[in-house]
Amino acid sequence: MGEIGQAFAIAFDLVFSLDRNLFAIVLLSLKVSLTAVIIACILGFGLGAGLASLRFPGRKAIIIMINALMGLPPVVVGLLVYLLLSRSGPFGVLSLLYTPMAMIIAQVILITPLVAALCLQSLQDLHYEYDEFFRSLNLSPSSKMKTLLWDARLSLLTVALAGFGRAISEVGAVMIVGGNINHVTRIMTTAIALETSKGTLALALALGIILITISVAINAAAMLIRSTAKRYAHA
Amino acid sequence: MKVGTRLLFALIALWVVTGIPAKASDAKFITVQSTTSTQNSGLFDFILPVFKKQTGINVRVVAVGTGQALKNGRNGDGDVLFVHAKSAEEQFIVGGYGVKRFDVMYNDFVIVGPASDPARLAETKNIFSALKKISTSKSLFASRGDNSGTHKKELQLWTKTGLDPTLQSGTWYRETGSGMGATLNVAVGMGAYTMTDRATWIAFENKGQMKVLSEGDPLLFNQYGVMLVNPKKHPHVKAELGEKFISWLTDEKGQATIAAYKLKGKQLFFPNAK
Repeated sequence: MGEIGQAFAIAFDLVFSLDRNLFAIVLLSLKVSLTAVIIACILGFGLGAGLASLRFPGRKAIIIMINALMGLPPVVVGLLVYLLLSRSGPFGVLSLLYTPMAMIIAQVILITPLVAALCLQSLQDLHYEYDEFFRSLNLSPSSKMKTLLWDARLSLLTVALAGFGRAISEVGAVMIVGGNINHVTRIMTTAIALETSKGTLALALALGIILITISVAINAAAMLIRSTAKRYAHA
Repeated sequence: MKVGTRLLFALIALWVVTGIPAKASDAKFITVQSTTSTQNSGLFDFILPVFKKQTGINVRVVAVGTGQALKNGRNGDGDVLFVHAKSAEEQFIVGGYGVKRFDVMYNDFVIVGPASDPARLAETKNIFSALKKISTSKSLFASRGDNSGTHKKELQLWTKTGLDPTLQSGTWYRETGSGMGATLNVAVGMGAYTMTDRATWIAFENKGQMKVLSEGDPLLFNQYGVMLVNPKKHPHVKAELGEKFISWLTDEKGQATIAAYKLKGKQLFFPNAK
């Protein structure tokens, strides 16, 4: 088990020697996953708000679908996006395969259902509370959705974090559509997989420790935003 | 929406400042579909910077098993293939998916296993008797099981020995369905024998109690070949740049660079282009 102790030492060394390669990999990981989260939030919040405030035929079926898709296996999403973006696929001409954009697309598909389902969950309770109030004001559907989203903004931050957590930690999809190309599409999780396959387990674990640390930092920052916003709300 | 707007600006700033384009449009590059052994052994990290310096061409390597590399090449997802399963490569050419195949280099496969050597393989040079010993003693054997070049070779050797270990799949014959490094990790973890190319083995850092137990049979020869994906099938293939890479690999400069790559004092690949 010497590897675990060693991993901490290596992680420390890597971070404090400001390893350029590592820095680029971390940055690309964040870029891909943050972009994917923002796009997924735009889509997912819209979808969640629509489902929470509107009643239409087929609504239940859509809810069941997005709840089921929360558990999409990353490797299946990767395969699907590969087939779509492959030169022989319908979007081959865009030459997006093996680029960060392909990884963003895969992660958006992966986390949008999660974001939508969790968003719906938060808004549904709120909608139940606001229903009569909405009726008395005779609000349009879009103002209803806006009100719900705005009033639930703090819970939605947690939803976004859940999406981010899933995006930054997955390897199955980005490995297939990104190709783990050095300096182009290598991110934290694919680098960890590569080091593991080289048998350099301590280095792989060190990268894992750094990844976890970054996730903790981002979550802490989000919580800080949340508590500041709450203080303002109560002032 | 202040927080959201701020986040959005922060993200845009991140994209602009770091400047890595989302779309791969920078300068001259080719995509090479290759195998895990060439990547895991560090060969590409050694030879590609030399190639870049001499030609200004960036090479982007997607390292997968040979089976998947050929499949991706068939779909046109790459300009050059650099793999090691000669008959599958020849089929690829015959099918019109590749232009012409060139030998580049070789090394050999070895059988590695636990130092305790339950099947008493040590010093067994003949690969048929080595495989027979593993099979009769029902010793654990980790197979790649992923249709890679190494997997194809391993199956071929079993067949020539007159055995079909896949009938025992799940008992002593364990198909991992993963790359060479991952399979070595599995073999180390359960004390199994496995067949690996020598380059990956030398570079592998998690050997545990494993060592080379059978080597040297001429049948364990491992030939690497390179070929251009056919631009007639896939017009977007960067034929000119891809051909430059192929001719570099097979001419003196590339061959000398391959020969110069040493790890732990050992040469991992032996150039043999004609």
